[in-house]
Amino acid sequence: MTQTMHEPSDETLIQLLTPEGERLSHAEYDSYVQDVDAEMLRGFYRDMALTRRFDQEATALQRQGQLALWVPLRGQEAAQIGSGRATRPSDYIFPTYREHGVALTRNVDFPQMLRVFRGISNGGWDPRENNFHMYTMVLAAQMPHATGYAMGIQRDQAGWDAKRLEQEGEAVVAYFGDGSSTEGDVHESMVFAASFNAPVVFFCQNNQWAISVPFHVQSKVPLADRAAGYGFPGIRVDGNDVLAVLAVTRWALERARRGEGPVLIEAVTYRMSAHTTADDPTKYRLSADEEAWVGRDPISRLEKYLIDNNLADEAFFAQVIEDGHEMANRVREEAMAFPDPTLAQSFANVYAEAHPLIQEELKWHLEYEAGFAETAEEEAAR
Amino acid sequence: MSTFNLPDVGEGLTEAEIVSWKVKPGDTVAINQVFAEIETAKSLVELPSPYAGVVRELHAAEGETLAVGAPLFSVDEVGSKPAPMPHVPDVEDIATSDTPVASEMPGPLVGSGPKADAVKRRARVSRPAPAPATSGRPAPAPAAAPTTPAALADTISRRATELGAAGTRLTAAAKPAVAALVNRVLAKPPVRKVAKELGVDLTQVIGTGGAGEITREDVFSYQAQREAERDAAPTFWSSSDKELDNRIIRTPVRGVRKATAKAMVDSAFTAPHVSIFVDVDASRTMEYVARLKKSRDFEGIRVSPLLVLAKAVIWAAARNPSVNASWVETENGAEIQVKHFMNLGIAAATPRGLMVPNIKEAQDLSMRELAIALNDLAETARAGKTSPADMNGGTLTVTNIGVLGIDTGTPIINPGEVAIVAFGTIRQKPWVVDGEVVPRWITTLGGSFDHRVVDGDLSARFMADVAAIMEEPALLLD
Repeated sequence: MTQTMHEPSDETLIQLLTPEGERLSHAEYDSYVQDVDAEMLRGFYRDMALTRRFDQEATALQRQGQLALWVPLRGQEAAQIGSGRATRPSDYIFPTYREHGVALTRNVDFPQMLRVFRGISNGGWDPRENNFHMYTMVLAAQMPHATGYAMGIQRDQAGWDAKRLEQEGEAVVAYFGDGSSTEGDVHESMVFAASFNAPVVFFCQNNQWAISVPFHVQSKVPLADRAAGYGFPGIRVDGNDVLAVLAVTRWALERARRGEGPVLIEAVTYRMSAHTTADDPTKYRLSADEEAWVGRDPISRLEKYLIDNNLADEAFFAQVIEDGHEMANRVREEAMAFPDPTLAQSFANVYAEAHPLIQEELKWHLEYEAGFAETAEEEAAR
Repeated sequence: MSTFNLPDVGEGLTEAEIVSWKVKPGDTVAINQVFAEIETAKSLVELPSPYAGVVRELHAAEGETLAVGAPLFSVDEVGSKPAPMPHVPDVEDIATSDTPVASEMPGPLVGSGPKADAVKRRARVSRPAPAPATSGRPAPAPAAAPTTPAALADTISRRATELGAAGTRLTAAAKPAVAALVNRVLAKPPVRKVAKELGVDLTQVIGTGGAGEITREDVFSYQAQREAERDAAPTFWSSSDKELDNRIIRTPVRGVRKATAKAMVDSAFTAPHVSIFVDVDASRTMEYVARLKKSRDFEGIRVSPLLVLAKAVIWAAARNPSVNASWVETENGAEIQVKHFMNLGIAAATPRGLMVPNIKEAQDLSMRELAIALNDLAETARAGKTSPADMNGGTLTVTNIGVLGIDTGTPIINPGEVAIVAFGTIRQKPWVVDGEVVPRWITTLGGSFDHRVVDGDLSARFMADVAAIMEEPALLLD
């Protein structure tokens, strides 16, 4: 029972692309990927490959002492790219700390994702620019924020007719993991989202491991089944199938935009790497367990599909690899060159608007700093 | 040449073991090529090289454990100029340099270990400190007497700025300084409880925790230090305003002390002791010892008057066999067992207490062999390695009380034996020789005997024989 429950081969699982790269037809969800042409597919491939390359580089930087910590996502690229590409720019995303692929789809530049892990920023990007919230390190803390934000959208859009909602309506995607699913915050968020019919899509990447706790300890039923208890749809999708994830997320977002309330998506995937760079998965799981998922790799199945259907040639794949190296070098250079923050910068983020006391303290601080014999340049050079 | 220091690859690790090197000096490495595998408290980790170039040196061997921040390997980077000779800072350099001499490249963000960068005080320009902000409210006034809270805030702020400027290199060692400045003790409740129980004043303890807090270990280590200091202090006498109970140290009687006590009681209250003393002119013994020391046969062997005394005791016992005997209670009544062998006991103060190991079959030993045996016995005893077998089966004992400058005493017989000889100190004293007072090397021999076995005249003859040898060692040649 526990064995088949989270295996991505059971009947309830939505799948459009098999691990062998075979396109399955699906009565309900095919319509959500009709617009996906060869160029979009190559784009998904490129997104996933670059994300994986970035993940490798960041891991190396951590091992070289340049990052305090890194959170690898290897294996979860399809779940992230598929769902991220399903959103509109006006939608708002609440990530965990592992959503590097989603961040890419929201136009966050790779090096910016390293700032917080380098310990020089509390965030790394302005969430308002791309409607992509800051990484949340506290498990599930982003969930109530997401529901609350969705309830705010409802109020902003009060009185809109169906057509306007469909065209301009916003929605929220709240990312979380199977480990966070156990947190009370998730429960409260879902209760409130259901009560208020909030336009939020709860997107769980079930990567099977809450650090060292296997999923079957976290839950006795598929996570998607829990949605029934809250009174909204729950859906299980093959999280390593970028097309299926795209289709399911589009469906959920459209539904939310129409005012029909939340959806819980359980993307069944697998964390092929460590929980973080401070973790050693060989201590709690067997390599056979890891190897079982190699054949279901999200990138290789799309690669097979592209090749089998003559949608991409060797030059394309070579270019992706080349772009990956170039990107990795740029990430390395930019990350190492990030300036250290100054104390004066801290004053900027205390209040949203100028505040007399803070201004006065900043002025005092700057004068005080100027009272030293060394100039700022000397100090910077030091 | 670029040197890569061991980073903290987990969160808060302090060391790692080199499991294996994947490169050797002379190898070419590329960026991110795995060059070593290390094992931390958390995991086995492959380290990718941050440099491209030729490996110059591996700074640790496989199996070695390195502290975070220690040099791991050095690479001559591709495209960089040939490495100059490593700059060895001389004393003057170190004394006058403000900047760390070790690295010219900024170190990695993490992995510089728990050591803080040297925080130096920045020089102020001569112009006055910024005027307090004019707002009617009391504002922090910087740089007055260093004891005012404002000055304190000033210092903290300055330090915080420096630490801020150093990026995230705010490390564990820098934090205690900040904590100390605000003069507030950071300690968790269980630690405070421990400190209270031990009577430790937490403000006196230096915290080594991540935020400068005092850990349990800090308290224990402070307490251990305090006790050591207290023990070293010459305050044996305890103040009279303390309770009587606190002025008496109670030590349970165990081990060697207990065994010694029992042996002495058994001996003193079963064997009626008779003690006799004799002053001896040991000048010739001293000359003889001096000659032995110079002799080639005795090269490297410690020779002392005790050697001559031991030989004298063996010699005298053979002439007066009853002193080398035991009083044994049997079913058919008591009997006296005279031993035709000499297991010569030598009383020794050892780290574990008084021990009386004996030299087995001492009668068969030449002067040289006896000297070696005495040396071995003393060394073994001093090392606290005397075995029970070494102490069993003694037949007669010598106790050398002279080493502490004592003339003589009444020794208590080692249980199972009937005689013991105490060897007093040898010193120059006025002595009458042929009617004239001359300085001679004089010692006092004391002997205690079990009167059940050894009568007065026998003990006297035995002691006289021992004394005769001490006065004229040449008699041993008889």
